[in-house]
Amino acid sequence: MHTTIYSARKIITMNASHPSATHVAVRDGRILGVGSIDELKGWGPHQLDDRFTDKVLLPGLVEAHAHLMAGALWRYTYCGYFDLRDPDGRNWPGGRTLEAVIGQLSNASARQPDGPLLGWGFDPIYFGTQRVSRHELDRVSSARPVGVLHASGHILNVNSFVLEKAGLLRTGVEHPGIPLGADGLPTGELKGPEAMMAASAVVGLDRSFLSGDEFGIRAFGKLAVRAGVTTSTDLAATLLEPELVSLLNITAEDTYPLRLVPLLRLIGMTPAQAVERSVALNGRSTERVRLGRIKVVADGSIQGFSARMRWPGYFNGAPNGLWYTAPETIRECYTLALQNGVQVHTHTNGDEATEMALDCLAAALKAAPTRDHRFNLQHCQLADAAQFRRMKALDMCVNLFANHHFYWGDQHYSTTVGPERAERMNACATAQRSGVPFTIHSDAPVTPLGPLFTAWCAVNRLTASGRVLGAHERISVADALQAITLGAAYTLKLDHEIGSIESGKRADFCVLDDDPTEVPPEQLKDVRVWGTVQGGRVFQAPQPV
Amino acid sequence: MISGLMSGVKPGVIPTLIVGGYLGAGKTTLVNHLLRHADGLRIAVMVNDFGELTIDADLIEGAEGSVLALAGGCVCCSFGSDLLGALQDVLQRQPPPVLILIETSGVALPAAVARSARLLPGLRIDGIVLLLDAETVRQRSADPYVGDLVRQQLLDADLLILNKTELCSPTQLAELNDWLPTMTTPGTPAVQANQARVPPELVLGFHAGLDADPEGATGTTGTTGASGAALARWAAQPIAQPLAPASDRFVNELLVLSAPQDPQALLEGLSDPTAGVVRAKGWLTDLAGQRHLLQQVGRRIELLPLAPDAGPSGPDRLLVIGLAGIYRIGNLLLNK
Repeated sequence: MHTTIYSARKIITMNASHPSATHVAVRDGRILGVGSIDELKGWGPHQLDDRFTDKVLLPGLVEAHAHLMAGALWRYTYCGYFDLRDPDGRNWPGGRTLEAVIGQLSNASARQPDGPLLGWGFDPIYFGTQRVSRHELDRVSSARPVGVLHASGHILNVNSFVLEKAGLLRTGVEHPGIPLGADGLPTGELKGPEAMMAASAVVGLDRSFLSGDEFGIRAFGKLAVRAGVTTSTDLAATLLEPELVSLLNITAEDTYPLRLVPLLRLIGMTPAQAVERSVALNGRSTERVRLGRIKVVADGSIQGFSARMRWPGYFNGAPNGLWYTAPETIRECYTLALQNGVQVHTHTNGDEATEMALDCLAAALKAAPTRDHRFNLQHCQLADAAQFRRMKALDMCVNLFANHHFYWGDQHYSTTVGPERAERMNACATAQRSGVPFTIHSDAPVTPLGPLFTAWCAVNRLTASGRVLGAHERISVADALQAITLGAAYTLKLDHEIGSIESGKRADFCVLDDDPTEVPPEQLKDVRVWGTVQGGRVFQAPQPV
Repeated sequence: MISGLMSGVKPGVIPTLIVGGYLGAGKTTLVNHLLRHADGLRIAVMVNDFGELTIDADLIEGAEGSVLALAGGCVCCSFGSDLLGALQDVLQRQPPPVLILIETSGVALPAAVARSARLLPGLRIDGIVLLLDAETVRQRSADPYVGDLVRQQLLDADLLILNKTELCSPTQLAELNDWLPTMTTPGTPAVQANQARVPPELVLGFHAGLDADPEGATGTTGTTGASGAALARWAAQPIAQPLAPASDRFVNELLVLSAPQDPQALLEGLSDPTAGVVRAKGWLTDLAGQRHLLQQVGRRIELLPLAPDAGPSGPDRLLVIGLAGIYRIGNLLLNK
């Protein structure tokens, strides 16, 4: 029985009965005790480890809505507007002009001369009215497939070579997601999942892409260490056998730094099959892979105008969005899941989708009365106060998309939902006032993995242009830190194991150079992450180079 | 919808039907029914999931991932969230299917699925068949959540199959028949069915009897006599046997066209609901001597010019399914 006692400048425990301490004792990957060195000595022989003596420890951060694809994307060329660090800590400067992005792609093309060339994270919204067409990407190469995925994940730009290979470089293409140029040929912009899929195989975005290959699983682990994350969901997995075996094997390695919670997406199967599969998967859970939850997608996205909106609908008059799963299917899934003890997380963006999910759960709970089910609404961006009160009445949890304010808040204000509803989007304060257990998320790779940045978004609600969007929905730093630790753990039904630093729980710590409770709230995102301790194992993030 | 005059029939382009409808309308029942009556046709059925598909075990020859191989060369593929990827796989099968059926999810907009599928050069969308649950469709069309979706599905349809009519009283059915034309695109015909048992040709089109494939890449050789005999045999069979009582709802006819036709007049006539034509396929020669493939699924009619060396030899022919009691086509034709 080996015991290590870590000293720290400060340990913020998130345990209300013992909020801070200077030492934590770890044995067998779990927390033996928290307190002063004198209080911990009573556990017997130990080794004192002072490497964190000038650091601040938080419970390991919990990201309750991300995708392993955030790791897999680093196979490809980052083309975003903002600087971003890769899994190894190398800084990739943002492309501030279209020319700069084309330059980045051209460099990548020279480094890797064969096969498809794919860029990601592209956000031409910052380039004003300038549109990108196949002709610009033809300057990168006209002899190999070149594609650039937008940050939203909803648009793909491709070069002429890709269009040709996909059979789309012809006149007569009629599709709302495929704009045509003056020559009658597609411009190379492919909008929406259907249009993108027509060319995705040619640019190397094939169907196995989302499932998290070995590179992606490892890269995601590194991203997590750099963000202080010790537990993350993979919120839409297919969990087919080869993918699952790969996931179980890689995460079982001593050096894998993360606990993953993959959710089975209800698609291509009936609710009964999904529930049965989840029950079976639950039995295959390991310490670092927690299986047995279901993800349902009710509608699309607000910025893609495919979210289902209640009256009065979109601010710019766009028609209502799409249902991705039928209400009857969701109700059946909820009922069977309740009966079988399976937790369901439902993606709702528009407030009509949220209302529908609430109706479905109310009906399912009548058919299968269940306590403490903790069904989650994911994103749930537009819910109003009455809907939060219903969530409370139905014992639901909610995971709000705080990062959206920064990246798309200005568009929500001006175009998608208008000023008033933009101010209530991702209403953390209302969730809190209503007593709905909540957490906040990045939806990485849609926005970068980084719970401290997400907390900053919830605390400050600043948009990219600097507008405070929804001052009355801001929450305190303490509440935001709670949301990204114990709050997130609660929504995943893991709060008895993780989310706070207290005796008996997993030795999962987020190791910081700065104290997030001491820095000004507007600098919360700049708090430096040293690395993590996960299950008692120490992982130092690569130092920025 | 009358289109297709711009593009010729291309070799290797596979005809494709969309089978849509909200949950509970009977899409899977229809697909099962069609697979049981595929009669040697190599059909590829794309389904959202295998969940409710109950294919007789003796029909299944093998299963690999998301593809079920069935007796007689049919395959059934579940596409989940990636229809185009699954279609691309199907298009590469050897031998290729002669027909693709896409069963959409209950919340899909069939026209949107058709638009996406049309992006693939290897297939051609012949039409959208929409199944309706006769008992619940009116209620669903007013549902606060899915009403707009159900109403859009109705507008998207080329041909309606009003299913589960056995659950409706004659009064309900009469009201429904008055209501439907107010909800659909003008000219959209509706046929009635119990348990989705319609004549298979209504959806699958005409293949049996067309031993000379009018869309074949290689020109056909002198099989006029045999072809004529096969067609005559097909035409002599009442549609939907042994699926009584459907047969009293439909008539079928083989028309041998001995003279050139005025395509515009014929298209207008066929698309007039009072002609009672719900499905047609065949080929004809226009007044300038150009041959065309004619394809009709409900209100959607396409006339595709045939290359001189494509299409069958022998006299022009049209195979037609009409609604009993309404159907009349003879006066649309020139010198039949």
